[in-house]
Amino acid sequence: MDYLLHLADNALVLGQRNAEWCGHAPILEEDLAMANHSLDLIGQARLLYQHAAALAGDGATEDTLAYFRDATQFRNYTLLELPHGPPLAPTATGDRDWATTIVRNFLYSALMVLVWDRLAQSTDPQLAAIAAKSLKEVRYHLRHARDWLVRLGDGTAESHRRAQAALDHLLPFTDEFWTASAPEAEAAARGAGADVAALRDAWNALVDEALREATLRRPAAVNGYVTQGKEGLHSEHLSYLLGEMQSLARAHPDATW
Amino acid sequence: MPTTAAPVDAGRLDATEEARLWQALGELTDPEIPVVTLREMGIVRALRRAADGQVEVVITPTYSGCPAMDQIADDIAALLAREGVPGRVVTQLAPAWTTDWMTPAAHEKLRAYGIAPPRRGATGVTVSTVRFTPKSGATGASSMRSKGQFYSQSGIPCPQCGSVNTTETSPFGSTACKALYRCLDCLEPFDYFKPL
Repeated sequence: MDYLLHLADNALVLGQRNAEWCGHAPILEEDLAMANHSLDLIGQARLLYQHAAALAGDGATEDTLAYFRDATQFRNYTLLELPHGPPLAPTATGDRDWATTIVRNFLYSALMVLVWDRLAQSTDPQLAAIAAKSLKEVRYHLRHARDWLVRLGDGTAESHRRAQAALDHLLPFTDEFWTASAPEAEAAARGAGADVAALRDAWNALVDEALREATLRRPAAVNGYVTQGKEGLHSEHLSYLLGEMQSLARAHPDATW
Repeated sequence: MPTTAAPVDAGRLDATEEARLWQALGELTDPEIPVVTLREMGIVRALRRAADGQVEVVITPTYSGCPAMDQIADDIAALLAREGVPGRVVTQLAPAWTTDWMTPAAHEKLRAYGIAPPRRGATGVTVSTVRFTPKSGATGASSMRSKGQFYSQSGIPCPQCGSVNTTETSPFGSTACKALYRCLDCLEPFDYFKPL
């Protein structure tokens, strides 16, 4: 259950974050791309919440899980809640940086291609079905992000500088991928979940290959603080994101539209 | 009639009623692409009688977040009501929908409608990077002028003029299931129903 929420919260939070580009993306095609990307992620989140709610059997629904939990109950990676901006971005409403969006989508999609591929063999048949479906979608997400990573990195001096800055900013947050939380370890042990640490070499290969083509330099490992969003310890940015996303449902409980 | 999207597990319905329902379902079109039917799209997977006697129409989503799915379920529920059949719509995820289930008729209708149909068996990811600048290492003024430095040719036939000198603008188009392409000969943009 907590493992499903981890997967669902990842998809929902990044889906909500990327949807901020709707109406604001650098060009129309990318506006469409981000809206499509968010639609896929929110669709994946819905399937996972529905499955989690059915397992919980305590009256929870996809809506109560998405709209009536607070930030400390969310189990997403900290990486996914950050604004589309540089470190110390005070709010999510400042100037958005397309390179930050692309680098994050790339780092996360590269992981999820591997995770969904593994989960397609999950001992939980419903999770396996969701994974097989999501895998097809995330392959397109990875391709989109990778294409843009190369376009920016091996692009103009300014696009290269921004892509490198975004990579330097975001890569340390991916350390959170590799430390298993208790629900992750439990799910992996019974064959329902993915042992993410075992995917690390494959992820590194995907990342390094793309960075080479993008002429970007992988920043040295810092071995610093490892974020723990998946344990419910979030940055200050998540509650603002949830505040916006949840306000309607909380102002009008049980409303349908 | 679908060829690859053959109904499965349909044996428990009275044959006449089943034929009548399939016929009626064959009239329902895709809410987003009204030239093709839900059956031709491979979205309607099966028709069966549940343990409680209700008829179940099994559908599968194209994309997880496809907003047309609610409309499709509503359309089918309305059809069952019109036909006087007590029944419901059931969503099934596995096996995951693939564009390979779309029938040849659907391909032709899409093409005539201006949407390039998906390549069969091409599920997976090709790379067609659009570039701001020529690839690193490429030298010389002539390479700067070569279109190939900026676009890669997709080989997807343009639904307007048939040229395969086309390129992808974006892997995400006007709906979740389509990509944006353009033809480098007739210079028209077009939608490509992308393989999934």
